[in-house]
Amino acid sequence: MIPLGYYIALSAALFIVGVVGVLTLRNAIVIFMSVELMLNSANLALIAFSAYSGDAAGQILVFFVIAVAAAESAVGLAIIIALFRNKLTVNIDEVNVLKW
Amino acid sequence: MNWYDILFYAFALITVVSAAGVVLSRNIVYAAFSLLFTFFGVAALYVLLSADFLAITQILLYVGGVLVLIVFGVMLTNRANKVEVKHGGLTLAPAVLVAGVIAGTLIGVLTTTKWPAASFEPYEETARPLGALLMTQFVLPFELASVLLLVALVGAVIIARREKARRV
Amino acid sequence: MIAIEALIKIVVLVVIILTIVAYLVLLERKISAYMQDRIGPNRVGPKGLFQPLADVLKLVLKEMIVPAKANKFIHALAPVISITVAVGALAVIPFANYIVIGGQKISLLIANVNIGVLYILALSSLGVYGITLSGWASNNKYSLLGGLRSSAQMISYELSLGLSLVGVLMIDGTLQLDKITMAQSGGLWNIIYQPIGFLVFVTAAFAETNRLPFDLPEAEPELVGGYHTEYSGMRWGLFFLSEYTNMIVSSALMVTLYFGGWSLPFVNYSALGANLAALVQFVTFFAKLGILIFVFMWVRWTLPRFRYDQLMNVGWKIMLPLAILNLLGTGAVMLALK
Repeated sequence: MIPLGYYIALSAALFIVGVVGVLTLRNAIVIFMSVELMLNSANLALIAFSAYSGDAAGQILVFFVIAVAAAESAVGLAIIIALFRNKLTVNIDEVNVLKW
Repeated sequence: MNWYDILFYAFALITVVSAAGVVLSRNIVYAAFSLLFTFFGVAALYVLLSADFLAITQILLYVGGVLVLIVFGVMLTNRANKVEVKHGGLTLAPAVLVAGVIAGTLIGVLTTTKWPAASFEPYEETARPLGALLMTQFVLPFELASVLLLVALVGAVIIARREKARRV
Repeated sequence: MIAIEALIKIVVLVVIILTIVAYLVLLERKISAYMQDRIGPNRVGPKGLFQPLADVLKLVLKEMIVPAKANKFIHALAPVISITVAVGALAVIPFANYIVIGGQKISLLIANVNIGVLYILALSSLGVYGITLSGWASNNKYSLLGGLRSSAQMISYELSLGLSLVGVLMIDGTLQLDKITMAQSGGLWNIIYQPIGFLVFVTAAFAETNRLPFDLPEAEPELVGGYHTEYSGMRWGLFFLSEYTNMIVSSALMVTLYFGGWSLPFVNYSALGANLAALVQFVTFFAKLGILIFVFMWVRWTLPRFRYDQLMNVGWKIMLPLAILNLLGTGAVMLALK
């Protein structure tokens, strides 16, 4: 039997990978993917806790996280497409128009 | 070492390796494919935690929805034979610092917490209790989530729509 | 032991389905020929019966051409995704109840998952990948247009597909396909209770399988061949196979959800003995399946293709509201009868 800590450690590892991605990458789409990684890691932790404590409410939270992630991805990618249309790039260091 | 443990380690390995692939890959298409494997790995872990309904929801929404949108984004912003991803040079030092602090905190929490040794009872069926909870205890967040989705839908359409030439 | 049993079932099912698919192609050509007052394939074997073998041999031996500027990895992967997803959906379809071999009950379902209906929906949502990626990886504007059209079409119709099913799920109170069949085997078929849901489901299923009148992703006159313009040989063959397998899956889903699955009204299966009953159920299922597949082909060779804006209008302004109203009506009636 796998102890609860293993699932949490896995979730933490996934989260750190996502953080590294968001901080080091410059392509907006890949940053977006890294954010999804972090959301998934949070979901995994929630489901692990929910399973080990025998309470289905944790799964409901994951349900809402997935719904919010869907909404976020629709808006986020719309912004990325709009950005690409105006600047012909999705690299975030090339769209720093507020900095001269 | 029984089948459950072997499956856990296998899927955990797939998940972490493919997640690293998302971040380290120089090719945006391969990054998207790594993300596909991460999503599947996480869905498999959900099944191991006997959350079968959420595992399918994960595949239906993340793989069939979110990732399709991401692939769409990749397709609209890249040519098929020119797909490099730029990695940051300047931001590397602060990034390592921040990631290190977060990793340190998480590892600290993991090692100092006393995890309960309890195992869990596999649920018989998760769809029915989840539905009951959504319609009773969590009905307000459920409705709010639906409003949020509607707002996001309208917002996405307005942002992505090409502005008409004629303005009033 | 369970693994071996499952493996045997998988191999048998895949062989049966792929043979059926090969002959569906012949059937489609024959039906289209008769509808257009032609004879159709009649050269290979008696009455053209060996035509599928010749076709397969041709496809296997033909060169697979990869365009020079294509993304080679994705170009090779896309057809594999298509066929995997299509065949994978067959795992949860109950073709018959169970057989008894050596005193052991063997269920004729490969995977008896709690959430069979959702599993099929999830897999059909993955079908978008094969088409979209093949269109993009070919680096050809016709392919890309076909791929983009197809993803928009499949995502739009997935909504009405999912919503139209919910009525059936509410009536039978389960997501398990064999329990849905069981629930119908005693009483009336679900089509009696859910005629509007069925209509929406059929329309959405046509769109999901990219068949006429919704074959915008291919649209030969305007897009050359759509997403598979740059495919040849067995890679093209895999797309072809997955289209027909998808047709079988959606017809089988219709049979299970709306036409009572393997059950027939007024038949007492316990009087037949388990194995004979399973045989009768199997034949019943495939007879119903055959009728629905004939409808698919009939529609294809009868109706013209929708224009793209018409397709989107039908999906979002007619089918989706209709599915939601059906859901509301079903709920109201169930509440009133309770």
